Amino acid sequence: MDNLVMTTPERSVMDRVDRPAEPIPADEAVPACTLRIKDLSIWYGDKRAIDNVTLDIASNAVTAIIGPSGCGKSTFIRSLNRMHELVPKTRVEGTVLLQGEDLYSSNVDPAIVRRRVGMVFQKSNPFPTMSIGENVIIGLRLNGVRNQKFLNERLERSLRMAALWDEVKDDLHKPGTSLSGGQQQRLCIARALAVEPEVLLMDEPCSALDPIATAKIEELIYELKTTYTIVTVTHNMQQAGRISDYTAFFYLGRLIEFGPTTKIFTNPSERQTEDYITGRFG
Amino acid sequence: MTTISAVHIPLEERSAQTRMASPSRFGDKAFELLTLTMALAVVVLIILIGWQLWNGSSLAIKKFGFRFLTTSTWDPVAEQFGALPFIYGTLVSSLIALLIAVPLSIATAAYLTELAPLWIRQPLVSLIEMLAAIPSVILGLWGIFVMIPWLREYPFPLLKRFFGWTPFFTGPIYGPSMLAGGIIIAVMILPIITSVSREILRSVPNLQREAAYALGATRWEATRIAVLSYAKKGLFGAVILGLGRALGETMAVTMVIGNTPQIAASLFQPGYTLASVLANEFTEATTDMYVQALFEIGFVLLGITILVNLLAQLLLRTIRTTSATRAVQ
Ligand SMILES: Nc1ncnc2c1ncn2[C@@H]1O[C@H](COP(=O)(O)OP(=O)(O)OP(=O)(O)O)[C@@H](O)[C@H]1O
Ligand SMILES: [Mg+2]
Repeated sequence: MDNLVMTTPERSVMDRVDRPAEPIPADEAVPACTLRIKDLSIWYGDKRAIDNVTLDIASNAVTAIIGPSGCGKSTFIRSLNRMHELVPKTRVEGTVLLQGEDLYSSNVDPAIVRRRVGMVFQKSNPFPTMSIGENVIIGLRLNGVRNQKFLNERLERSLRMAALWDEVKDDLHKPGTSLSGGQQQRLCIARALAVEPEVLLMDEPCSALDPIATAKIEELIYELKTTYTIVTVTHNMQQAGRISDYTAFFYLGRLIEFGPTTKIFTNPSERQTEDYITGRFG
Repeated sequence: MTTISAVHIPLEERSAQTRMASPSRFGDKAFELLTLTMALAVVVLIILIGWQLWNGSSLAIKKFGFRFLTTSTWDPVAEQFGALPFIYGTLVSSLIALLIAVPLSIATAAYLTELAPLWIRQPLVSLIEMLAAIPSVILGLWGIFVMIPWLREYPFPLLKRFFGWTPFFTGPIYGPSMLAGGIIIAVMILPIITSVSREILRSVPNLQREAAYALGATRWEATRIAVLSYAKKGLFGAVILGLGRALGETMAVTMVIGNTPQIAASLFQPGYTLASVLANEFTEATTDMYVQALFEIGFVLLGITILVNLLAQLLLRTIRTTSATRAVQ
C-alpha cells in the first residue's frame, strides 16, 4: 500500500481504480484485517470516552458496533478516520493501523486518512448548494480529478452502487436536497463511495429512515461488503443481526465483547452482552 | 365541539368554559397584533420621513424637476442646483468601500469561525467590535492626519505607476480624494459586515462541515464547499447591510473626500457625497431655495438607500440555490 504521507491524493484515487481488489499480504493472518485498533483511549478534555480498546476489523466484512447510548460508539467510529478531532480538546492514545500504517503517527495528514476511510452520518447531509451529480463527484473534485469522462463514469458507478441511479438518473442537475430522506442518505453513501475509500464508516445510517428506506440501505450494505470494509453503528439489534459479520459490544467506553455476530447473538460469553441484547438494559 | 354542545350545559357554565379557552387565543392574537403594529410602525416611519423631505423640497422639485438629478451645477448664489456630482460621489465611494470591505470582512469572518486557533478568536472579535465603537469623527481625524499622508506617500504613487494606464488612477495626487473617502467608509463598514457574516457562518450546521471533512477536504476546502456556499444568501444580506451604512456614512467621509462637487474619472480627484453636502451646508443655507435643494438632497439619499435595498432583495430572490454549484468548479 502507498504510504499515507507520500501519496498525492489524485494518484491514490486513480491507483485504486485500476486495482480491482487489495491483495492480501502474505504475512497477515486470515481473515485479513484492514483496521487494527490497539490500546485505543480517547478523551474529551478530562473525560475518557473510550477506554483501552483493542479490536481488529476484518476486511470485506461488516462489523457492527452496539451498546447503550453514550457508551462511546460514535467516538470510537469517528476515531477511525480522525473525525473526532473536529471537536476541540480531544486526545488520543494507542494506535489505529490502516493496512499497517498508523493513522495517528505525527506525519500523517488527517485529510488523507479521511480520503481512505469514508464516512456516512446519522442524518443525511448532502450539500444543499450542489446538484445531485455534483454532490457525488465533489470528493473527486477535491482530489483534483478534472477528467470529465472519468467523473461521469464514476458518477454513474457510485450511484449504481448506492442503488440510486435508476431513481435519479434524469434529475442529476436537481439539488441534492430535493430528494427524499432515504434517497438523500443513499446519495451520501454514493458521495462517500465515489472516492473509493478502503473502509466505509456508518454512524447509525438508518436511524432517521422509515422501514422501507432502512431495508434498502441494509441491502446496500450487504452488497457493498464485497468491495469495502464496513463499520457501522446501530441501535437496532435485529439490524445488527441481519447485516453484520462481526459485532462489538461497548459499555461505558470499554469493549466488553467482540466476535462473530452469530456467536454474540446466540451465545455471548459476557453477562452484560446478553443483558443488552435481550433488552434487559440499555 | 359538537359533543360538547350536544350535552346540556347551563349557560353560565358554558360561558365559563369558553372563558377558559380564550386567554391563550387572546394571547396569540395580541402578540400577532403587536408584532404587526411594530412592523407597520417602521414602514410608517420611513414613509413619514420621506413625506417630510418631499414636503420640505416641493418648491425645488417643482422648479428643477428632473434636472436636479441630471445636472452638475451647484451654485447657491445663482440658485442653480444640480445633484449629480453628489449622487455620483455617494455611489462611487460606497462602491469602493464595498470592493475593499467585503472580501476583507468575509475572509475575516471565515477565519474567525473556521480557521483561527481557539484562543485567538475572542480577542480578535473584541478588537473588531472596538473598531465599530470608534466615533466617526475620530476616524475622520485619523484619516486626515494619518491615513491621507500615508496614502499620498506610498499606495497612491504605486497605484499610479501600475494602473496609471486606466482612467481611474491618473492626474495629480492631492490626498483628499474619492479613493480616500471610499477607504475610510470601508474601515467604517468592516466591523458590521464582519460580525454579521460571522454570525451567519456560525449558524451553518456542523453536519455540513463534517460532510466535507469526511471526504478528505482540507480546512480551506471545507470552508469553501460546505460553509461559504451554504451561507451565501446570508452573506449577501450582510453585504447589503454594509452598503446601507456606506451610503449614509457622513462625518468621516466629509473629512477626507475633499468636498468638491465634480464628476471625475480619476479616483485621486476629490469628490462629494449627498450626506456630506447635507452636513456641510445646512447651517449656511440662507435662501429658501437653498434649504429646499438640501431637503431634496436628503430625499434623494433616502430614495437611493431604499432603492438599493429593494434591488438587493430582488436579486436575492433570483439567486437560486443551484446556481451556487459553480463554487465547486
Ligand atoms: N463533543 C463532545 N464533548 C464532550 N464530550 C463528548 C462529546 N461527544 C461525546 N462526548 C462524551 O463521550 C461519551 C461517548 O459519546 P458518544 O457520542 O461516542 O456515544 P454514543 O455511543 O455514540 O451514544 P449514542 O448512541 O447516543 O449516539 C459520552 O459520555 C459523551 O458525553
Ligand atoms: Mg452516537
